[in-house]
Amino acid sequence: MADTIGIWVAALLTLFIFSFLYKDNPLYKMAEHLFIGVSAGYWVSYLYQNVFKPNLYNPLFHQGKLLLIIPLILGLMMVMRLFPKIGWISRWSIAFIVGITSGYYLITYLQTNAVDQVRASLLNFSQINNIILVVGVLSGLIYFFFSAEHRGVLGGTAKLGIWFLMVAFGASFGYTVMARISLLIGRMQFLLGDWLGLLH
Amino acid sequence: MRREIPLFITAITGVVFIIAYFIPHPPFNQIQDLFQTWFQIIAAFAIILGVLNLMVVNGDKVYRRSKGWGYSVIIILSFLVMAGIGTFKLGSKASPLEEGTPFMYLFYNVYYPLTSTVFALLAFFVASASFRAFRARNKEAALLLTAAFFVMLGRVPIGDYLTSWIPLKWLHLSTIANWIMAYPNMAAQRAIMIGIALGIISTSLRLILGIERSYLGGD
Repeated sequence: MADTIGIWVAALLTLFIFSFLYKDNPLYKMAEHLFIGVSAGYWVSYLYQNVFKPNLYNPLFHQGKLLLIIPLILGLMMVMRLFPKIGWISRWSIAFIVGITSGYYLITYLQTNAVDQVRASLLNFSQINNIILVVGVLSGLIYFFFSAEHRGVLGGTAKLGIWFLMVAFGASFGYTVMARISLLIGRMQFLLGDWLGLLH
Repeated sequence: MRREIPLFITAITGVVFIIAYFIPHPPFNQIQDLFQTWFQIIAAFAIILGVLNLMVVNGDKVYRRSKGWGYSVIIILSFLVMAGIGTFKLGSKASPLEEGTPFMYLFYNVYYPLTSTVFALLAFFVASASFRAFRARNKEAALLLTAAFFVMLGRVPIGDYLTSWIPLKWLHLSTIANWIMAYPNMAAQRAIMIGIALGIISTSLRLILGIERSYLGGD
């Protein structure tokens, strides 16, 4: 019984969202606002069960790890943002987040996105595909070099870089469309199969 | 005081993470682990701040009976139900995130269908937008269009079906799509990744050194 009600609720909500394809309407708006509320509720529950409880509440109040008072205070200072008069106090927490993110990203991006990618691009020219890869990386990088005007050899190479970038954007677009279409197929399978029982 | 202490915190935490990478020994690795746990907690509070703000904005709309206040009631009620069941483990003994709990029932029958349908809806908008925007006006647009065409067709069974009669395998749509992904696409993606890395490294350094201060806001 509960499963049947669940399927009906899911099917109706799916149809409410799809009704936007005709035009904006109260049913769509209702589903849209429900989506916002449920998402917020889901993340609050998820954070409580997976972050607050194991990392803050249990260690601080049951295991006596008093040092965790510091992130608790910094977290509460973050929430002070809601009060305009003392909102500046949240800067301490934001500074902590910004500092950690900067230090972490500086190292990880240097390692994975810069050094490792350069290393992977240092290929021998025995195969045509390797040449395409190296030329593509170099010309793409030259396109992003804006300290000199793109004229002459630099301009020509940057133009080649644009072509490579266009192929990549086209491929990314194709992938995005495929992902969305597969979600659409999933919803159609749910409506026609699980809900109406027309697919076997 | 309002700006100096935050700048000091940013510099210290950033430098600790950089040092801990090069010297992964006590006390730096221990401080890094400690900071990582703190980061998770404070970042979670940031999300809580966002949720509280959502409630304040919508609560205010309901209080003032602003236009569309009924939809704000839906947001508040659905939030309270979902957060209440998940946080207070209503109807579940161990974790509400386990299968068969009321929380997961709502997840599978409300949250999941709404999320996937909203994103599936984008398929129609992407299709209509590309129909309007995808005109091969110049070489660059033609390249983009061609790459998208090959990748889309090469990744579905009908693509291979259409070209399976060709004896030369490298002319099959799936082979072409794979080649596009592995070489020209990879080359451009690497150039983008290296560019992003250089941008992030320079921005991170500016933040740690206190040159970039826009995150502190005014006053």
